[in-house]
Amino acid sequence: MNLLSVSHLHVNFQVKQHSLPALIDVSFTLNRGERIAIVGESGAGKSVLGFSIVNLISKPGYIKSGSVKLDNKELTKMNLRQLQEVRGKRIAMIFQDPMMTLNPVLTIGQQLVETIRSHTKINYKDARNITIEKLHNVQISSPEKRFDQYPHELSGGMRQRVIIASVLLLNPDIIIADEPTTALDVTIQAEILQLLLAICRDNGVALVLISHDLGVVSKVAERTLVMYAGQIVEEGPTLEIINDPQHPYTQGLLNALPQMTLPGQRLNQIKGSMPSLTERPTGCAFHPRCPYATDKCRQESPSFIYSGVSSVACFMIEDMIDETDRDEDEQL
Amino acid sequence: MKHLKKDILHPISDTRMSHIWSGIIGDKLAVLALIIFAFYCLVALLAPLLAPFDVNDVHFMDLLNAEIAPSWITHDYRFLLGTDAQGRDLLSVILYGTRLSLTIGICAVLIQATLGICIGLVAGYLGGRIDNFLMRCADIQLSFSNMMVAIVFLAIFQSLFGMALYQQFAMIILILVIGLSEWPLFARTIRASVLAEKQQEYVDAARVMGFGSKRIMFRHILPNTLSPILVIFTIQIANAIIAEAALSFLGLGMPSSEPSLGALISEGFAYMFSGSWWICVLPSVTLIILILAMNLLGDWLRDHLNPKVYKD
Amino acid sequence: MLIFLLRRLIQACVVMAIISLISFAIQDKLGDPVQQMVGMSVSVEERNALREELGLNDSLLTQYGRFLQNALQGDLGTSYYYKEPVLDVIFDKVPATLELAFCAILLVVLIATPLGVLAAINPKHWVSRILMVITSIGLSIPIFIVAILMMYLFSIEWNLAPSFGRGQTTEVFGLWHSGLFNQDGLSHLLLPSLSLAIALMPIFTRLIRAEMMEVLQSEYIRFAWSKGLSSNRIYFIHALKNTMLPIITIGGIQAGTLVAYTILTETIFQWPGMGFLFMDAVSRVDTPLISAYLIVVGGMFVVTNTIVDLIYGLVNPTVRLASHGL
Repeated sequence: MNLLSVSHLHVNFQVKQHSLPALIDVSFTLNRGERIAIVGESGAGKSVLGFSIVNLISKPGYIKSGSVKLDNKELTKMNLRQLQEVRGKRIAMIFQDPMMTLNPVLTIGQQLVETIRSHTKINYKDARNITIEKLHNVQISSPEKRFDQYPHELSGGMRQRVIIASVLLLNPDIIIADEPTTALDVTIQAEILQLLLAICRDNGVALVLISHDLGVVSKVAERTLVMYAGQIVEEGPTLEIINDPQHPYTQGLLNALPQMTLPGQRLNQIKGSMPSLTERPTGCAFHPRCPYATDKCRQESPSFIYSGVSSVACFMIEDMIDETDRDEDEQL
Repeated sequence: MKHLKKDILHPISDTRMSHIWSGIIGDKLAVLALIIFAFYCLVALLAPLLAPFDVNDVHFMDLLNAEIAPSWITHDYRFLLGTDAQGRDLLSVILYGTRLSLTIGICAVLIQATLGICIGLVAGYLGGRIDNFLMRCADIQLSFSNMMVAIVFLAIFQSLFGMALYQQFAMIILILVIGLSEWPLFARTIRASVLAEKQQEYVDAARVMGFGSKRIMFRHILPNTLSPILVIFTIQIANAIIAEAALSFLGLGMPSSEPSLGALISEGFAYMFSGSWWICVLPSVTLIILILAMNLLGDWLRDHLNPKVYKD
Repeated sequence: MLIFLLRRLIQACVVMAIISLISFAIQDKLGDPVQQMVGMSVSVEERNALREELGLNDSLLTQYGRFLQNALQGDLGTSYYYKEPVLDVIFDKVPATLELAFCAILLVVLIATPLGVLAAINPKHWVSRILMVITSIGLSIPIFIVAILMMYLFSIEWNLAPSFGRGQTTEVFGLWHSGLFNQDGLSHLLLPSLSLAIALMPIFTRLIRAEMMEVLQSEYIRFAWSKGLSSNRIYFIHALKNTMLPIITIGGIQAGTLVAYTILTETIFQWPGMGFLFMDAVSRVDTPLISAYLIVVGGMFVVTNTIVDLIYGLVNPTVRLASHGL
């Protein structure tokens, strides 16, 4: 049985009188100890997906329909009290910018201890000991000293370590990491990523890594979901997606990586930009930027089908599969 | 100063007016506030025509008519809103009082705005030590509230010149004191806007094209700081009117021979407990409605134009 | 912290210098002190002798120096009306004003904070909406009308509390006449402090609401939610502390408004405090008293602002960074 299953999730944003779709029919599953990645440009709805799992979408957004099940328990229907049991304890989150994530007026220790004490009955001294041990685990030097310091006294990388420690305090089943290294220096990015990977591996924690960087994803995730304009357009094992991308958008993302270009050449950007919520194109949302777009793409939206390598939502692939089927039929 | 938002202003000014206009039509409360304000302005302008009695007439004050209750109580239709303790028709006095209060309020804020905009532009544009010094002054000035500064200065003026002379120039002194005491609010907002605008490319472009710094300041930056100015302007008029009323109430403002709304309330206060409540209540209500309309208008403008007003 | 205190000190000195100059100017230029002292019946020669004796013929700078020297020794002159050292007259009235201001501030903090927080947490709730309407009306009612209304309703119509004066006072520690320790004093305090509080409350309720709403949007609050903390902990530990930082600063700025408002309240309720004394002094042209009032209020001002900054430093950990840097 799957640890987490998201099915047909629709999330909308209420802007004045209009209800604008931000997530459209998103489905995926996550097994215990599995590491998956959600990839896409900014504005694709990756973060919205991450937050809607624990029902924490920011204000004008709301879950329109669909379900999110953790161990077969429906999360979207839970009240606040039940959700508080899940948040932090079963599903923990790491945010993008460690500079903004910690409360500036509370000490590191206060913010870590409160996490334990709000979920378990434990006295302050024991909670403090656990906290210091976890700070030690995330390779923070002299954790006793850090315990009484305020966030502004720590560097960005150090703060992200504190946040990872706070996430580990309650041994959650799932960690959702929303671009955990984007705001950090390149040298620290690798360290934090290594740490995160090691922690998930050692404790058997499932990881949902949200990132725009396929390079980062390839090092960590076993399975990858590619998102575009609120929809999943391709899903499959990370290696397959990187070596043999099916959807034109995934191909474009891969080609845009600097490693894919010879020195001195221009980067292969995908032309155009992600449509905003208000100006979503008809048909396949990617068609204005797609080099292979046909009239069909402009009118109908493709469904999600298994291509043999990964699952893709694209008419081109659909047609290819149809053709192979026909070929096989003819051969018979 | 936490959020130096880039999107405080939109760089095109003609569409902004139409934007305000179309927005105000959509909001019933804003329309009501605007109508009330327009009504007050009209009444203030036409007070000499509208008032049933001529306040300059010698017979205007007649102690025989003192303390007559409003017409819906006495059915004495000579005095629609009754008379005050000196036998003056309350409606006429209130009309003239509104005229005075509005004039003082608007003139005082005009002085505030001129002073504040100039200082803010200079501080923001020149920066460095001048900026530092001016903003330090603004800090000190702001930490004394305008009301306190006004009370102190008016008290000094009054003792200095004596009551009789003071009353002759009361209006000009009031305008000056209220006008000079709250410029920092404008100056800070303008300075912040200038600092934000300075980063933008068109200022650089203007400089590259060889325009002098004054020209850049007034031709480019000033039109783009209109929205926050408009918001503060509206709210400050309300504040200035309150300040004037409070000063007059303390006896430091307009004399009772030429009463503003505050002076009327102050006068009525003495008769409040002898049963002649209308002398105090009617001007109070007039004042509150005016200020409420101004505040609503200011709030609406702020929400609609969304400029950050820099108060701290 | 040191830099911070030093800057405060310099600012305080500038403020006090300005005030002392103004006070000096009033004392020197307002009216003729000789005439005030001896009346009309003294000959011109005698007056000139007195002028010389009082040092009124010295240069302005010498006179200002002497004024400052005396001021530093606590001698600000003698009141024309009370015939007593002005500082004694003023300090006699200080307790009344401080008690009034203190009670009003206490009421504002105790009422405005929960209301503002409540309105920020449930902005769509009908209670919050009504609260916003009431506060925006409240912002438009000048304090003296609030005071008149309170007096009329509670004192004249319903006869619940006395409308003027301070009532009975008890002496505390031999130097403080307090109205806080007996029922009569408290009942006299009720209306003035309530009026003052009501005048200040709308703006603070709105400020707290606006700041709180902004804080609730921040990433660290979202992170706190994602940790599964209880709502109370998030609202009152995580959000409120951050909300209070700008409020404390604005509270400091409002100190001047508070002084102006106490003058108005004291005048209306005939509260025997410094404001009432000041207005009396103005109408009697009691110049030494006026200038002494300015100096005392200026001093209180500087002290309040310093205290406000210290509180700010205590609540905001980033301010303490300065002491590490030194």
